[in-house]
Amino acid sequence: MTMSAQLPPGLQLEKVDERIMTLNVGPQHPGSGHMRIIVQIDGDYIVACDPDPGYVHRGEEKMAEYRNYITNIPHLERPVIHDSCNILYPYVLGAEELLGIEVPERAKYVRVIAAELNRCVYTLYWLAIYGIFLGHSTMFMWPSGDRELFIDLLEKLTGARVTHAYFIPGGVRNDMPANFEDVCLRQVRYFEKRIAEYSDIFYDNPILISRTANTGVLSRNDAIRLGTTGSVLRASGVDYDVRKKEPYDVYDSLDFETNVLKSGDSYARSKVPWLDMMESCRIIRDALSKMPKSGSVRTKLKPNPKGGDTSVYKRVESGRGALGCHIVSRKKPEPYRVKLSVGSFRNLIAMPYLLKGEKLGNMPSVYWSLNYWPVEADR
Amino acid sequence: MYVTTGEDEANEGEEVRLMSTPVPTAQPFLEKFPDATIISDDVDRPAILVPKEHIIDAATLAKEMGFDHAESVSGVDFPNDNQIEVVYHLGSYTNENLTKCVLALATRAPREDDPRPGQDSTRLPTLREVFYSVEFHEREIFEMFGVYFEGHPDNRRLLLPEDWADLPPMRKDFAIKGR
Repeated sequence: MTMSAQLPPGLQLEKVDERIMTLNVGPQHPGSGHMRIIVQIDGDYIVACDPDPGYVHRGEEKMAEYRNYITNIPHLERPVIHDSCNILYPYVLGAEELLGIEVPERAKYVRVIAAELNRCVYTLYWLAIYGIFLGHSTMFMWPSGDRELFIDLLEKLTGARVTHAYFIPGGVRNDMPANFEDVCLRQVRYFEKRIAEYSDIFYDNPILISRTANTGVLSRNDAIRLGTTGSVLRASGVDYDVRKKEPYDVYDSLDFETNVLKSGDSYARSKVPWLDMMESCRIIRDALSKMPKSGSVRTKLKPNPKGGDTSVYKRVESGRGALGCHIVSRKKPEPYRVKLSVGSFRNLIAMPYLLKGEKLGNMPSVYWSLNYWPVEADR
Repeated sequence: MYVTTGEDEANEGEEVRLMSTPVPTAQPFLEKFPDATIISDDVDRPAILVPKEHIIDAATLAKEMGFDHAESVSGVDFPNDNQIEVVYHLGSYTNENLTKCVLALATRAPREDDPRPGQDSTRLPTLREVFYSVEFHEREIFEMFGVYFEGHPDNRRLLLPEDWADLPPMRKDFAIKGR
């Protein structure tokens, strides 16, 4: 009996062909983030790819079972601090349904504005890394700088630059400061002019196009079958955005479009988030004009609220796609089980599928175009 | 110049067939599987619990109704019932009637107090053949709850280290220090 036969399932060693070389990309490689991608290459071509996440698994879901509905808020946003409003959003919506809390109208608008500002922060950070992955250092500098516009706005709004813990069941933690509306409009208008320049240097750049077009093509059928979400799904021609299809808070009253591209390659996947940022600016301007000018932004909670004997599943559209939260409650102040279904984890399944047959040099352009955030996928 | 506008018809001819089923409730499941339990009859969030013998048939029925992908798969540990529940949240991208709907299809596996993942009775049939998108989710349930998915080609660990030798950490009897 060989040694591998005695190992428990999932730990057996496999024999690899002599022609095939196994490469470990990561977990400390700058081109992989906090994860390892085990690729098998034949010459320059990838024949198999096995993503190995888990290096930043922190047990957020387990921790949530030991804390009550309010004390869960600061740690549940940790998996993706650049998009912290959006990752808290489904949890807060679910907790509101479980605890039976009504949200004031003004708070719904403030939440939408905060969520869209945060989407821009995340997308710019992601775009900066995509730029440097492809050796385009200007595209690293520009989004990193423009991101400060939104970080400043969020700092004014919430008091913190990245980890806001701003959403709470029943509304938001505090109201907008007095001059926020004017500053926000000014910054957003500037950014809308600025973002158009990205196409000149990045999206219309022949070098970028030659590196990303027709690499890692995901067909519409496969995007659906693999259950991908967010920009990956919309780049493959599926018109699905939770904000449109199942509007939460006040998204149904706001004016915006869903961006759908059809080619399904890395280029389309890198372009959809950029187009989404323009829609975010539209949403912010529209929400600022439509929101009630005064009123409460939070409903007072009972101390240590308890949920019923039920479960909820809520979802929102985050920077990386649909973000679902399944909360099981058993009449206790702590949730019995919290499950975050995150876009990064759902899009991970497409990685081995897309990298098979690609050249090793195309790996960064395909990998990061999946809009994958390793820390969020690990939770 | 590479263009990604409406003219790009890379996927023409691969259009997924639109199915025209009425807005579903949990009722069709009860008709086909009399031993199923309807947990919620809500239009947008129907929830059904089926015995594990019928889970593949129930998932096939859900697929026929128009659900085409798994949004989330969660495990819930119930030590008092000696069972572990696995909930598949299924959604639809292709059926216009179902875009708001997320079906929670749940089943339960027996739970053992002294788990030996992969070698004890905590087993369920995999849904990977029906919904390919559950592949990584089921791997996560295997390591976190010790539920072995029979027929899954890749029951390996995903997030935990390879040499993890403790209880599956999401079980209720795995306690966090200091809490």
